[in-house]
Amino acid sequence: MAHTAERIASALEGLAHELSTGKDGMCSVRVAASDVHECVLRLRDRAQFETNTFVTAIDHFPKEPRFEGLWQFMSVAHADRVRVSALLPGTEPKVASIVDLYPGAAYAERESFDMFGIVYVGHADLKRLLMPENYDHFPLRKDFPHHGIEPDRLYREWDRRRRERAAVSDHSEIADQ
Amino acid sequence: MSTSQLFEYTPGTVDRDDPLHGELMELNMGPQHPATHGVLRIKVVLDGETMREVEPVVGYLHRGKEKTCESLGWRKFFPHTDRLDYVQPLLNNCAYAMALEKLAGLEVPERGQQIRVLLMEMSRIMAHLIYLGTTSIDLGAITMFFFTFKERERAYSLLDAYTGHRMNNTYVRIGGVYADVEDNVAAGIKEWVNAFPKAIDEFETMLTGNRIWFDRNRNIGILTKEQCKAWSLTGPNLRGSGEAYDLRKAMPYSGYEQYDFEIPVGTVGDCYDRYLVRIEEMRQSVRIIQQALAKLEKTKGGEFLADDRRYVLPPKETVHQSMEELIHQFKIVTDMALPKGHVYHAVESSKGELGFFVASDGTSHPVRCHIRAPGLMNVQAIPVLMKDRLFSDTVSIIGSLDFVMGEVDR
Repeated sequence: MAHTAERIASALEGLAHELSTGKDGMCSVRVAASDVHECVLRLRDRAQFETNTFVTAIDHFPKEPRFEGLWQFMSVAHADRVRVSALLPGTEPKVASIVDLYPGAAYAERESFDMFGIVYVGHADLKRLLMPENYDHFPLRKDFPHHGIEPDRLYREWDRRRRERAAVSDHSEIADQ
Repeated sequence: MSTSQLFEYTPGTVDRDDPLHGELMELNMGPQHPATHGVLRIKVVLDGETMREVEPVVGYLHRGKEKTCESLGWRKFFPHTDRLDYVQPLLNNCAYAMALEKLAGLEVPERGQQIRVLLMEMSRIMAHLIYLGTTSIDLGAITMFFFTFKERERAYSLLDAYTGHRMNNTYVRIGGVYADVEDNVAAGIKEWVNAFPKAIDEFETMLTGNRIWFDRNRNIGILTKEQCKAWSLTGPNLRGSGEAYDLRKAMPYSGYEQYDFEIPVGTVGDCYDRYLVRIEEMRQSVRIIQQALAKLEKTKGGEFLADDRRYVLPPKETVHQSMEELIHQFKIVTDMALPKGHVYHAVESSKGELGFFVASDGTSHPVRCHIRAPGLMNVQAIPVLMKDRLFSDTVSIIGSLDFVMGEVDR
């Protein structure tokens, strides 16, 4: 692990960061939200972290700054990992996308946007991944209740449109579909 | 290779007014389609038989597992991990349990680890059998489906004898496993596992030299090492491209460093190589299971569950006799707290790196439980492999990437 920490420290030289070791023995880097892209770029090019493992966030509601963005990378050559974290504000959380560095982070960023509403600036196709496209809420935020908000709203809207179409059409609903 | 070269696919890149291609047709494959292995929907824009635009749409099986974990608490989430990648429930159990043990700083007794290795390797074989059966039935080899499911059924019966369930076993606990592997179960597994290489030979006789199988898989869906790493692909897909990277060797857990096995790698990185890698992985799993059974023979009668009353339930005999133990059991079941901290633990699942990232604030419920699903990354690679290929290649590519929607959508 000492070797990993040294590699990371030398890669991030000159960039304001805080290096610590997590409970699982993994090196963890805390940077400012504006430095995430630069930090990830250096970790990739100077410390050989070739693979993005996940991009996600933690909601610390009602604390402020509310979100803790998390990025984790793995080095196939060195068989070790690093975790990058940055604090993001509760209102309009925004951070640079790393898709230009790791194309494989595209779905992970979409998922994080879907679940927390964090906007990854620079992502070419940032839209919901798991929830329906016309869904209004961010389910993994702590102020979203576990039983959901209007869980049947989307169904009711679909049903209303279907009835309207059926009323206009001379034929039955089946023919309309 | 620069990132721009790796990023071959950007959504919506086809020029619809280009006179050089014919009339474009949009087609939805799925969400209910037998070859998409679950409820995956793939939007394709076809120019004749060539796919010009490919976009996977996931989320049809989204059940909010991560949110459920936050509201259920550490212990009660175990049965939910079974339903992630539902063809290998015990492997998911192990991965989640190991993440929690890392957080709690709990050591699993030797016998517990050996049983886990045994279960994980059985799960791997069972998952690879599903891959082989479904992929070959999609490519027209219907007999293969029955061959593989016959073997899988045998493994099911053994797990049934051990856990009492065929599927969704939930038999792993924090600190070990729920019950010991009895002699009759061990004997049954031994008998099955000794006969299994013969079944693999049978599969290979059917497929490896088969002209149709070869033509439909060779040079289809080629991934280079660099592409795999950039697209976060792990497991057999990465190894099929020639990178000998296996978490069991690179970052050993559950005592995998004591087992003797090889990492098979491919050379071309196409669907055929991924098939060969999985076939060889089954053979290596057989070797590991045989070693684990030999080790279990030596540790017979040993502890298989950690003796730590903060996280492990008291034995049933004492619960039924002592008031204090009953209260203790109640406390653990209702609000077992884990120490504060962030922990990530990943295991080599049959699909790639299956990881659990858990964040705890020292209470009985997690702040966050993120499931790093290898299947989602495999789905993400679909457009990279399918763009500008023939439509008939979709089934080979989907099959060879190998994902289970329960895990992709969580």
